[in-house]
Amino acid sequence: MVLGNYKQAIAARSTDPEILRKSQDGGIVTQLFAYALDAGIIDGAIVAGQSEEPFKPEPMVATTREELLAARGTRYAISPNMSLIKEVTRSYGLDKVGVVGTPCQMQALRKGQLYPIGLRDVADKIALAVGIFCMENFPYQGILQLVEDHGATALENVSKLDIGKGKFWIYTERGATVQLPLKVTHKYEQPGCHVCLDYVANLADISTGSVGTPDGWSTVFVRSGKGDDIWAKAIAAGAFETKPIDSVKPGLELVTKLANDKVTKNQKYLESRATEYGVGKALRNPYI
Amino acid sequence: MGILESLKTLLFGKHDVGGGKQDEKPGSAKAEKPADVSIGKKASIIKEPKEEKPVADKITVGHVHMSGCTGCLVSFADNYEGLLTILDKYADLVYCLTLADVRHIPEMDVALVEGSVCISDHLSVEEIIETRKNAKIVVALGGCACYGNITRFCRGGQQNQPQHESYLPIGDLIDVDVYIPGCAPTPQQIRNVCVMAYLLLKGNDEQKALAGAYLTPLMNLAKAGTQACGCDIMTQGINQGLCMGCGSCAAACPVRAITMQYGKPQIERDMCIKCGACYAQCPRSFFSFDVVNQYEGIMEAIDAAMEP
Repeated sequence: MVLGNYKQAIAARSTDPEILRKSQDGGIVTQLFAYALDAGIIDGAIVAGQSEEPFKPEPMVATTREELLAARGTRYAISPNMSLIKEVTRSYGLDKVGVVGTPCQMQALRKGQLYPIGLRDVADKIALAVGIFCMENFPYQGILQLVEDHGATALENVSKLDIGKGKFWIYTERGATVQLPLKVTHKYEQPGCHVCLDYVANLADISTGSVGTPDGWSTVFVRSGKGDDIWAKAIAAGAFETKPIDSVKPGLELVTKLANDKVTKNQKYLESRATEYGVGKALRNPYI
Repeated sequence: MGILESLKTLLFGKHDVGGGKQDEKPGSAKAEKPADVSIGKKASIIKEPKEEKPVADKITVGHVHMSGCTGCLVSFADNYEGLLTILDKYADLVYCLTLADVRHIPEMDVALVEGSVCISDHLSVEEIIETRKNAKIVVALGGCACYGNITRFCRGGQQNQPQHESYLPIGDLIDVDVYIPGCAPTPQQIRNVCVMAYLLLKGNDEQKALAGAYLTPLMNLAKAGTQACGCDIMTQGINQGLCMGCGSCAAACPVRAITMQYGKPQIERDMCIKCGACYAQCPRSFFSFDVVNQYEGIMEAIDAAMEP
């Protein structure tokens, strides 16, 4: 159950060379939104765009293909995409909203749809929620520390950041590569990630991530009825090249392993919060 | 019957609304002392608006107005035709400012209480106590009833009741069962609670279990106390090591007191009106996998329930 409910799991990548040129992996999120925008399924999407500071993401509303393309790629820092979920239906005026987010942001979204305490007229305007796999996230200052201090690289010279194969990778514009063992990154993770029990965005319509598939491809879980419908249309429109998930290495086995690792570790931490902090005191448990 | 027609009927009863002498200029008739009205034979001014009840098993709901701005009631009404569906199928409105012609708080299944209680006004105190006595479930509707909200800032001196300076959330005077925080609470949240309250009281076992699970976090909020502030995001979220920077609080804040700075909420505490929306919206304030994992089914069920 660590992989959540899904109707199908596929290895996929975008068929659009322009999207793939600067995408993190298979360009799934950008391609899905570009297709959905084209087909009128969404009016626009909340994405993690690029702010003025290098590799600092900022939630943005993309209503054109150009704006979507500008937001390609992963930025390993917190992008509070949910902060725009009401505004996108107001000053941006969208009736059919796309949103991309980490597993916790998908949880926030679904809670917000079921308990719209401060989200008036938002719940029924969510047309497509795309989740991304996530082990943990860093505050921007943590990324700064990792890249500039540990990696001895100026952030403005970095062309791509990546986490994979057990390492944190820094690629520079001039072709240098710096790798940091994940061990040094752990202390910069934000604490809120350590109570998270979701690795593969179980509550998204469609969730995707690099783990499980070869370089340049992504693993895709199609989860909800809405997601299934949109995925089928996107395939019919030729937006994606796909392979059966069991035909690729390392496949779902690795996804399951990592998901298990994360959930087990964090479950343990949650339990320790109830007993190991203070005497007869417990830290608050967010899950009821 | 069109929506407009049914609203008219709802508001004015089934009699001629537009009739009467409209052309008469004000002041043209000579003022006369009205004759005494004999109440002995119970002459009815309004022709009894007898409602036909297609569903016998409705719950009874009342809206109790304490010191609030009526924004919560407007928000309830902002379900538009959904309000009519609720009143047609699930709930009889037995007590409500403007919408129901009833003077004293009757017995009812669910009381939606809007506003805080002015303890300088004995009638308000009596009414909130009466509400608790007469209602099976008391729902604090909106920030004022739950947490005091903007009335927390009252210091008296306002016209025309300058002596009214002490306002308390209803939970400081009576036991409250369910909170719906927010200023104003959203039409969809009120709708969801109405449908779930109906299922809890009238549904089958499965529906009762679901409604119970859905309402539990809102009941827990009611148990947790009568104080709320943007600070809760810090004290109960960030301080407890639970914030992951999703931005829900910033989206929920009705006065835009919360912005996200470097991925974490920055709260302008002087702007905060203490409505409790930010903390209740936070996915790390309460989150039930049992409920949220079924989001697709629940949302479909609510949509189906709201079919006219």
